[in-house]
Amino acid sequence: MTEQSVPIAVRRGLLLRNRWLLARRAVQFATLTLFLLGPWYGIWWVKGNLASSTILDVLSLTDPMILVQSLGAGHVPLTTAVTGALIVLMFYLAIGGRVYCSWVCPINVVTDAAHWLRARLGLGPGWQPRRALRNWILAMTLVVSALTGTIAWELINPITYLHRGLVFGLGMAWLLVLAVFLFDLLVSRRGWCSHLCPVGAFYGALGRASLVRVNARERHACTDCGDCYRACPEPHVLVPALKPRTTTASVVIASGDCTNCGRCIDVCGEDVLHFGTRYSKRVSEMSPPRV
Amino acid sequence: MADNPSPGDRRAFLRQCVGLASSAGVVGLLLTAHVRQAQALPPWAIRPPGALDEDGFAAACVRCGLCVRACPFDILHLATPGSGITVGTPYFVARQGACEMCQDIPCVPACPTGALDHALADIAKARMGVAVFTGRDTCYAVAQQTGCRACYLACPIKGEAITMERHQKNGRGYFEPTVHTDACTGCGKCEQACVTEKASIKVLPLALARRDPSAAP
Repeated sequence: MTEQSVPIAVRRGLLLRNRWLLARRAVQFATLTLFLLGPWYGIWWVKGNLASSTILDVLSLTDPMILVQSLGAGHVPLTTAVTGALIVLMFYLAIGGRVYCSWVCPINVVTDAAHWLRARLGLGPGWQPRRALRNWILAMTLVVSALTGTIAWELINPITYLHRGLVFGLGMAWLLVLAVFLFDLLVSRRGWCSHLCPVGAFYGALGRASLVRVNARERHACTDCGDCYRACPEPHVLVPALKPRTTTASVVIASGDCTNCGRCIDVCGEDVLHFGTRYSKRVSEMSPPRV
Repeated sequence: MADNPSPGDRRAFLRQCVGLASSAGVVGLLLTAHVRQAQALPPWAIRPPGALDEDGFAAACVRCGLCVRACPFDILHLATPGSGITVGTPYFVARQGACEMCQDIPCVPACPTGALDHALADIAKARMGVAVFTGRDTCYAVAQQTGCRACYLACPIKGEAITMERHQKNGRGYFEPTVHTDACTGCGKCEQACVTEKASIKVLPLALARRDPSAAP
């Protein structure tokens, strides 16, 4: 942190500086709790798990990536599953594709914990495969699904292993979760979520077209302190909006890799970053620049 | 530069793509190998009523557990890793809790994808597995000639799926439970009811009992 940003950060207060992080943890906790109310307390508002669920016995939801693999494997799903997947697609298309990753996915808590510990231990970046690798792994899961006639990724997907395990019984699933934790802790900084996970790649593809996006609409106030880059799990997404080649370039963080976690907004001492839509404009286009 | 890549950039880009494709290819091969050995349905695990055959089920079941929640008798489970069954898929163990053969078959309409075939309207037409008489040496009715008919009495397709057939041995008559596979739903009631320490009649998955064993998953 620069000397300048410290007093501002302090002035903003602990809650304000962590508001999106706290909101995100609350949503992750609430989502999981909704699924656990049934098995733990017999309150069946939500049944099923992240693969497919029913809400209040009315609304059916299905994970679109699992359904795409099922289609590829040669199964023609019932309309219940298809409409359920379309609803989920529309939802994330509205609020940001990888909102799934940062606000819903239970593995996010595991990898965030690993990243926190890795930073405390000062372990550096470790093995960093290209971020595009996850897109290729996504393509590969679809190919393998089609070739083997199975929903291939579900045979190793740590997300559904963990979520299903918590809701229906864990078995040895904790081993896989531990493996992801240790991989992120000891092998690769943010290795799983930001480099390998094809589920993130799938929702990232939605994110390219999604409505809610973070923007750097007050980028003129940026002091180059670097706080947002350090906090961001996908720091490359910040560059085009925050440090563009031309002053007229869009302020919107357009990359599908952005998870809309809002951590950059939390840590920015100068309030450069904000949630908005993909159509958000520069401040100078809306009103006269601040003095 | 980005608009007009030089031949060097293009070559670097291609090299990157080849690297990524190779890495993903390795992942794909590992995944394929894993898929091959991770698909499993051991003989003691029975699928819910209306389940597609194992090949169809592998493509259709998303492992959401809505059938498990719909079962009023809580006999269905989702397989955990390490259980020996394709992870996350639903099953029941007849000896611990057989299918109660609900008239409205609530587990089937609960399935969002059709891995449990919604065309199944009559539970008597379900083919979850098939009962096999495995214990001529242990069955009280046959080995001890006691007249036990626990399996016959437990069978929901009474008098059709299991009959007690009269046989003679050393001049004495006895009754042997006989499964009629055209009527057996594979609910497992007989296996659950069998009074011998290890069940003398067992429900086996269809693929194992009725088809080419080498084709069994």
